[in-house]
Amino acid sequence: MSVPDNKIQLTKGDLFNMFVRSNLHQGSWNFERMQALGYCFSMVPIIKRLYKGEDRANALKRHLEFYNTQPFVTAPILGITAAMEEQKANGAEIDGGAINGIKVGLMGPLAGVGDPIFWGTLRPLLAALGASLALGGSILGPLLFFILFNIVRLGVRWYGIDYGYRTGTDIIKDIAGNRLQKLTEGASILGLFVMGALVSKWTSVNIPLVVSTITMQDGKVITTTVQDIFNQLMPGLVPLIMTFACMSLLSRKVNALWIIFGLFAIGIFGYAFGLLK
Amino acid sequence: MEISGIQIILIFIVACIAGMGSVLDEFQTHRPLIACTAIGAVLGDMTTGIIIGGTLEMIALGWMNIGAAMAPDAALASVISTILVIAGHQSIGAGIAVAMPLAAAGQVLTIFARTITVFFQHQADKYAEKGNFTGIDICHLLALFIQALRVSIPAVLVAIFIGTSAVQALLNSIPPVITGGLQVAGGFIVVVGYAMVINMMEAKYLMSFFFLGFVLAAFTNFNLVAFGVIGIVLAILYIQLNPKYTINSSPALAYQSTTAKNDDLDNDLDD
Repeated sequence: MSVPDNKIQLTKGDLFNMFVRSNLHQGSWNFERMQALGYCFSMVPIIKRLYKGEDRANALKRHLEFYNTQPFVTAPILGITAAMEEQKANGAEIDGGAINGIKVGLMGPLAGVGDPIFWGTLRPLLAALGASLALGGSILGPLLFFILFNIVRLGVRWYGIDYGYRTGTDIIKDIAGNRLQKLTEGASILGLFVMGALVSKWTSVNIPLVVSTITMQDGKVITTTVQDIFNQLMPGLVPLIMTFACMSLLSRKVNALWIIFGLFAIGIFGYAFGLLK
Repeated sequence: MEISGIQIILIFIVACIAGMGSVLDEFQTHRPLIACTAIGAVLGDMTTGIIIGGTLEMIALGWMNIGAAMAPDAALASVISTILVIAGHQSIGAGIAVAMPLAAAGQVLTIFARTITVFFQHQADKYAEKGNFTGIDICHLLALFIQALRVSIPAVLVAIFIGTSAVQALLNSIPPVITGGLQVAGGFIVVVGYAMVINMMEAKYLMSFFFLGFVLAAFTNFNLVAFGVIGIVLAILYIQLNPKYTINSSPALAYQSTTAKNDDLDNDLDD
């Protein structure tokens, strides 16, 4: 096969170039092939290094096929395909279908890991942390959110590409193993736990309806409102019920914005009739 | 408040960055915390921008694009509602109320933009035939620029007309029962975002952790950092004690996995 000295090899710079480009992964997201063009955009430095002439056109076409996953977990897939293209360019028996097969085969399972970790846990947690500081007008809130999220994201992108490139198709063993499952499950626990805390703490409902007014012997008047009773039972009970109502509506495919408008309407009517304060 | 020419240009730039962030979902420049703060800074009242950002961020906590499903658009909502509050002298409650229809409009606009982009996808196919890298790059970046314009054009239009007396009169004609009601609704509108996050996890069997968090928060004064730490501890304990995972680390298998690791190391050294 190929002689070592005319072997074409990808440089660290090519991989870094791919890393930089992969930050624009979803830029051309479209309803036909979703992230296909974005994937090709990231692969450009690799293809430029490895192929010429017709092979080049074929490689570009290969990476314009349908593709869609959680954007950050694309990093290891980019790394693997870079490694596979490198082997192919050096004469290994890898056909284009195999490369696409790896992409399609990995995008589903990795999205299943990336979505709950990044969109379900990391971002809501950092955003809630940032927002709780921002509500007091502190610049620390937006800064903390922006810096922490991007450190993790860029780390995942760079080490993902590097790891995918080094491991190549062996990565499938790691995905089949339970390390990723542990990570996903752990992230879900953390996310759900904090969501529970948020429902109780970072909501406010006040039902000022008076249930009873008692005048004590010393002349003090004690009024008990519906909200007082709820607070004695379990603070945050009403938001909890609302959360479950929303979950049930959302799982019936009701658009989130309609639910928000519905809650606005409840707020306005409640306020107008003195049921909510 | 009149918005100066320089401010309009800066709003255009910030709105472009927010619009690109919205489709990329990388740097999070479309999130209310970032976009509202930046617009606030442009309009000379960053603190108000940060507060609107924090308020909107809690509402938008669960707005995420999963697969091909489009979430309400945080970018357009953040940029325009901040202009309305700061330059239009509205309450934050009114700003939030206006933000929601804007999020819906932004969602429609992004779906439109993502349909137009199919054209660039096909154009890229033609460049691929010729092995033209620059053509492919241009197709990708032009598509991204459409997403930038999707937010910046409406934002600039609002910024231009916000100072006019007709718009001001319109904004001031909102009756107090509406603004009061919206303020009240602002207290619990956030549950929609929480519900979206919980549903997204699809882990009904882990809901006990949700209730634990709820009760702990109801009867303690811990802050979010404390909840984060407790949550991580719980997650680690659950995984360490779960028989599903511990079975795999029985002595024989553990031995195997260490030898496998050694092999890896050997391979690395050989390389």
